[in-house]
Amino acid sequence: MSRLASCFAALKQRSRKALIPYVMASDPTPEITLPLMHAMVEAGADIIELGAPFSDPMADGPVIQLAAERSLQHDTSLSDVFALVETFRQTDDSTPIIVMGYLNPIEVMGYQRFAERAAASGVDGVITVDMPPVEAGEYVPALKSQGLDPIFLLAPTSTTERIKKLADVASGFVYYVSLKGVTGAASLDVSSVEEKVVEIRQHIELPIGVGFGISDAGSAAKVASCSDAVVVGSAIVKKMTLNDGKTEPERTIIIKEISDILSLMRLALDSL
Amino acid sequence: MNAILKNDILNRVMTQSDKNLGDIDYTSMPDEHGHFGIYGGIFASETLMQALDELRDAYEKISTDADFQAQFDADLAQYVGRPSPLYFAERLTEKVGGAQIFLKREDLNHTGAHKINNTIGQGLLAKMMGKKRIIAETGAGQHGVASATVAARFGMECVVYMGAEDIVRQAPNVYRMKLLGAKVVAVESGSKTLKDALNEAMRDWVTNVDDTFYIIGTVAGPHPYPAMVRDFQAIIGREAKQQMQTQCGCLPDALVACIGGGSNAIGLFHPFLEDRSVAMYGVEGGGLGVDSGKHAAPLCAGSPGVLHGNRTYLMEDKNGQIIETHSVSAGLDYPGVGPEHAWLKDIGRVNYDAATDDEALAAFHTLTRVEGIIPALESSHAVAYGMKLAATMEPEQRIIVNLSGRGDKDINTIAKIEGIEL
Repeated sequence: MSRLASCFAALKQRSRKALIPYVMASDPTPEITLPLMHAMVEAGADIIELGAPFSDPMADGPVIQLAAERSLQHDTSLSDVFALVETFRQTDDSTPIIVMGYLNPIEVMGYQRFAERAAASGVDGVITVDMPPVEAGEYVPALKSQGLDPIFLLAPTSTTERIKKLADVASGFVYYVSLKGVTGAASLDVSSVEEKVVEIRQHIELPIGVGFGISDAGSAAKVASCSDAVVVGSAIVKKMTLNDGKTEPERTIIIKEISDILSLMRLALDSL
Repeated sequence: MNAILKNDILNRVMTQSDKNLGDIDYTSMPDEHGHFGIYGGIFASETLMQALDELRDAYEKISTDADFQAQFDADLAQYVGRPSPLYFAERLTEKVGGAQIFLKREDLNHTGAHKINNTIGQGLLAKMMGKKRIIAETGAGQHGVASATVAARFGMECVVYMGAEDIVRQAPNVYRMKLLGAKVVAVESGSKTLKDALNEAMRDWVTNVDDTFYIIGTVAGPHPYPAMVRDFQAIIGREAKQQMQTQCGCLPDALVACIGGGSNAIGLFHPFLEDRSVAMYGVEGGGLGVDSGKHAAPLCAGSPGVLHGNRTYLMEDKNGQIIETHSVSAGLDYPGVGPEHAWLKDIGRVNYDAATDDEALAAFHTLTRVEGIIPALESSHAVAYGMKLAATMEPEQRIIVNLSGRGDKDINTIAKIEGIEL
């Protein structure tokens, strides 16, 4: 069983909802990400989504766009992301890690080589925003050959036909984009999320995570009540601008702020 | 690029090249998912897929709809002012001393460039689909002006995304868009040019997908845009073919067009693809020289990748990040290119080369002084290359240079480069 599958199985047994924070690798500095990842697990994260930066993040709002720009100031590459995961795995062998990014860096590395290197470093799943199932004929087999879960997005506009198609290729979990918009938007409508999640469940047996527009413990709890996992990105990535993250004390401030947000969300999810 | 992927791509390309070029059915491209060989496709996030499906269905419907086509043709004739002349540039020909140079006068269209052909088509489609709001990206501002024009004519709201750097370079067009009632949004992210404007327009589209129609200005983007924009622009080549037949009783020997995203070029080239005797030259923005690294010539010096919804040649670094381009012309300052051009390059049907900033500026002045026609800086790249090409050809041969736009919008840029205060 993959790390993701066993994670969700264990959560289900404990009737616990998964909390999935998203942070961009090397944002704002390369030194912060590793201790931040461990701190997030400590604060209650079940799975970590690690952003791989891209110069043209079309699906992201301003918060994640700026995170990518900060990360790229350090020339962060997929190799850097893999090195980070490898180091994380030395002390945490159980928390699943998902790499989230855009296709072109993977395209340039080559699907098979990307999959081999990701799996070897300890990555568990991959979300590639601009890789829909219809183009994934070579991408999905490459990931699956290395035991990686290809995670795909669904949206409020996804038709039944496309939900069904996704069921054929996706594994790990399904990432439901809660609103029409980009990451960090503020127009979350919980009742419409619930409606769509019910529809998705009719066609897909995988756990459903919901992301985009979840800003605090309240919205996290509402979304979690109708899904299996909540993804929180922009709300914590915003904290990366508290300071430059260049010194240890600066990084400690950022890590503490993010841990606090996640602890509150954890509390809210566990009181459901 | 990874060796395996590269071999894979080359293998697929080889298979295509092995075929006799005459056997290729150019009209069959793209396939149903928008692929031109390995290029093109629909590399978009799920949040856009429904809108793209809806657009594709609507586009397929109008492709064979006689009423729509009649309305499109009528608008091109009465609103745009088509057909645009095919003009024999006699004095330029004499000066160059080689093949006869003909100019396809897209600069004479309403709004001053070929861009209006496409915005009329997509504007009609938006109206048919019941969309109330139009968004567009723009580099030089020509597509933005053409979109704002169509929005004004159809009574639709219009928002144009434009890189903050381009807003400075193309101030007259920004004011034109505002006069036409459009809202111009300055894009401050990334390199603050055309590619970033496209990113921002996509973000608007996913947010306002219910009532908004996104008019992409070039043959890039996810399917069906590359095919749809090509089909709306193909009027250029169809007219040119007929005009050359009427005026000279023959086909041209060569076609030359500038390439940013590549819409004016594909518009001219496409109706001639099956005419094997017609050589074709796409001219990219060579900037300070292709060897300098400061250019906008992905077909000449880039590699395959995925950006803005399609696989194509890109200006990218070893990690797959898109790199900044440089061209004196805002309309050519784009790190990608339409996927059909990528395919035509690989199969060898079209030759792709570049003209530098300096060459384009020299051609701008030459055409202005010799023919009394002020070309857009984009089109000046084609003029520069066309003159070089003509000089290597015989006097009985004929080339058509696509004069895709007029240069009024560029006079501030030219004056600044030459240290003249207006």
